[in-house]
Amino acid sequence: MLSKGKILIALVVAVAAVGLVVATTAVAKVEGDTIIFGAAVSFTGKYSTNGKHTKNGYDLAVKRLNEMGGVKVGDKTYKVEIKYYDDESTPARAGQLADRLIKQDGIKFILGPYGSGPTKGMAPITEKYKIPMVEGNGASRALFNKGYRYLFAVLTTSEQYLAESINLLAEEFKKQGRDPSTAKVAIAVENDPFSMDIRAGVIEDAKRYGMKVIIDDKLPKELTDMTATLTKVKALRPDALIVSGHSKGAALAVRQTAQMKVDVPMLALTHCEAADVVGKFGGDANYTLCATQWAPTMTYKDDWFGFAGDYAKRFEAEYGYVPPYQAAESTASVLVYVDALQRAGSFDTEKVRDAIAATKLETFYGWVDFDDTGKNIAKPMVLRQVQKGVYIPVAPSKFAAGQVIYPRPLWRDR
Amino acid sequence: MMTLGRALLFGMDNLQILFSAPIFSLQLLIDGLLIGAIFALAAYGMALVWGVMKIINFAQGEFVILGGYMAFAFSRAGVHPFFSVPMSTVSLYIVGWLLHRLVIFRIVEEDLFISILATFGISILMQQLMNQVFTADVQTVDSGLSTWFLFDGNVTVLQIKVVSFATALVLGICLAVFMKKTRLGQTIRATAQNARAARIMGIDTDKVYCTTFALNAAICGACGALVLMTWVIQPFMGLAYTIRSFMIVIVAGIGNVAGVVLAGLGLGAAENFAGFILGAEFQAAFIFSLLVVILVWRNFALRLKRRYLY
Repeated sequence: MLSKGKILIALVVAVAAVGLVVATTAVAKVEGDTIIFGAAVSFTGKYSTNGKHTKNGYDLAVKRLNEMGGVKVGDKTYKVEIKYYDDESTPARAGQLADRLIKQDGIKFILGPYGSGPTKGMAPITEKYKIPMVEGNGASRALFNKGYRYLFAVLTTSEQYLAESINLLAEEFKKQGRDPSTAKVAIAVENDPFSMDIRAGVIEDAKRYGMKVIIDDKLPKELTDMTATLTKVKALRPDALIVSGHSKGAALAVRQTAQMKVDVPMLALTHCEAADVVGKFGGDANYTLCATQWAPTMTYKDDWFGFAGDYAKRFEAEYGYVPPYQAAESTASVLVYVDALQRAGSFDTEKVRDAIAATKLETFYGWVDFDDTGKNIAKPMVLRQVQKGVYIPVAPSKFAAGQVIYPRPLWRDR
Repeated sequence: MMTLGRALLFGMDNLQILFSAPIFSLQLLIDGLLIGAIFALAAYGMALVWGVMKIINFAQGEFVILGGYMAFAFSRAGVHPFFSVPMSTVSLYIVGWLLHRLVIFRIVEEDLFISILATFGISILMQQLMNQVFTADVQTVDSGLSTWFLFDGNVTVLQIKVVSFATALVLGICLAVFMKKTRLGQTIRATAQNARAARIMGIDTDKVYCTTFALNAAICGACGALVLMTWVIQPFMGLAYTIRSFMIVIVAGIGNVAGVVLAGLGLGAAENFAGFILGAEFQAAFIFSLLVVILVWRNFALRLKRRYLY
């Protein structure tokens, strides 16, 4: 037991420490001629792979901006820097770190973490302090129905991830002279906010065509096996199977449909690239449809990186791997911020916030134009199909570089 | 409530499929039993450690995943996936031995709560270390085996799952024989019965504990290598195996190898049927409801027995 005296001393020390911290850390967001952004990204924990992509994306933007002389705000040109913390892949920690970045480190410009969960943890904090946050990795639509004023997302929100596959299915049905309303859809998504959004988007689109959802499984977070769901697919023979369960779900879906020889005419997934389904499963991954935010083959361009392909080359030279979209959208977040700072001509957070809201910008990642809720409405999702081990964009038709192969060939014919 | 109602609605439809096309029941049963054998393999060691050392090992699943990563590293280095099974077994034996020497020996005769806390800590540490070393990417290795097709391709049997099944059974038998016949097995059993008495009889219980814990890790190593070839692994997937092992041991009782096998097979089959009929989201819920029913039934049965005693 602590005595009362000891408790008192401890309290005094604690108060003094807090006072000291508050007094000494009023570092400005701009130190000398450097603008400092703040970010809490997952370096450890289950998002650490994607956290690394996010950080690499941010770092490449910073490197390129500084190479090009910096950012001109008002009459002065500034260098750019990012202060990082590790959010340990937990939303609560991301929230604490947002508080720390703003209150202790005096950061006035926040870049988003990786993932909808940590973004949800940070948004209420940035909102409370009226500090703008531009993010490229929080896609859950629950982020955009809370009336947040200071949150902006350059990526397409999650309910649109696989909705395009339903349109594609309807198109293929029409081509075959069949009524799209006779199509049967099977959905198996992880029970988390991101995947449940995807499910909502798919169901909404399926309803629009009058398609029937015959399997609607929610996969547990600790998913290890999909046998039960896939047996159901074998029994009910849907026309399309939609799976979303991050890397784990993508890997299991590709592996187990091949192992159990599940013949489904269309298999659409998220996170194909993150799970490296082509590298891991080779031919078994063929004909899989994969949703992507961005691909190096796209034709968007900007003044910083040139075309999407040029960005990819630069990224690969720096980090030794082809940039996944998680990296590209992180880079784009920094570009949107910098563009807004330049237009605002000031470091006043309100002015910067308004400048971000008014953004109409083409980047190598795509067009950025925020609606009132802060989400980017100018960039569609792209659906790519693995054909002979290569990702070929097949929808929407504007980006299609090849024809979709529908139905998938039967396993016995492969 | 809404979702439960919907699930039941879907459930009735799905149940109908099983009745109208029994072939799918066969698929679910076969797959369930094969999967169950892998769960049983993960649970052997937990029963052993629990019975002998009175420690509930919450890092069980992490041992399995680490075994998978060991096998992954070996096969990366050019070892055939099948040979990576014994190699990962041996490496995990060493890991288990080291962990005992570092941490576990301090908690053997302590309160159960302390052992739970300690092994839980180990599990977090192992997750993060695996994450640092192997990254959070999903990994898998192709066993090179294919699939058997029965009944016009309606029933598929994965050869690797059959291999896992056989391995689980063989290891189970070996374990049972080892415990019954060998000197070391006998000392382990003696220590489990009464550690103090065993010490008085000249048994080095410290050594017994160390061997038991290392043996547990080794079996998990074999299990992990098989999981790697059958499904996929990721540093944070251990919990699923810990929970299932825990359940199997509770149902089977500690120190009962045959019971562990049966409970494992039952769990696998029940899980598969629940997933099919109710949907994947109710798989775990169903299994845990089943556990409650079994515990209540067991309590009831014990009470009946007690009545006869008086």
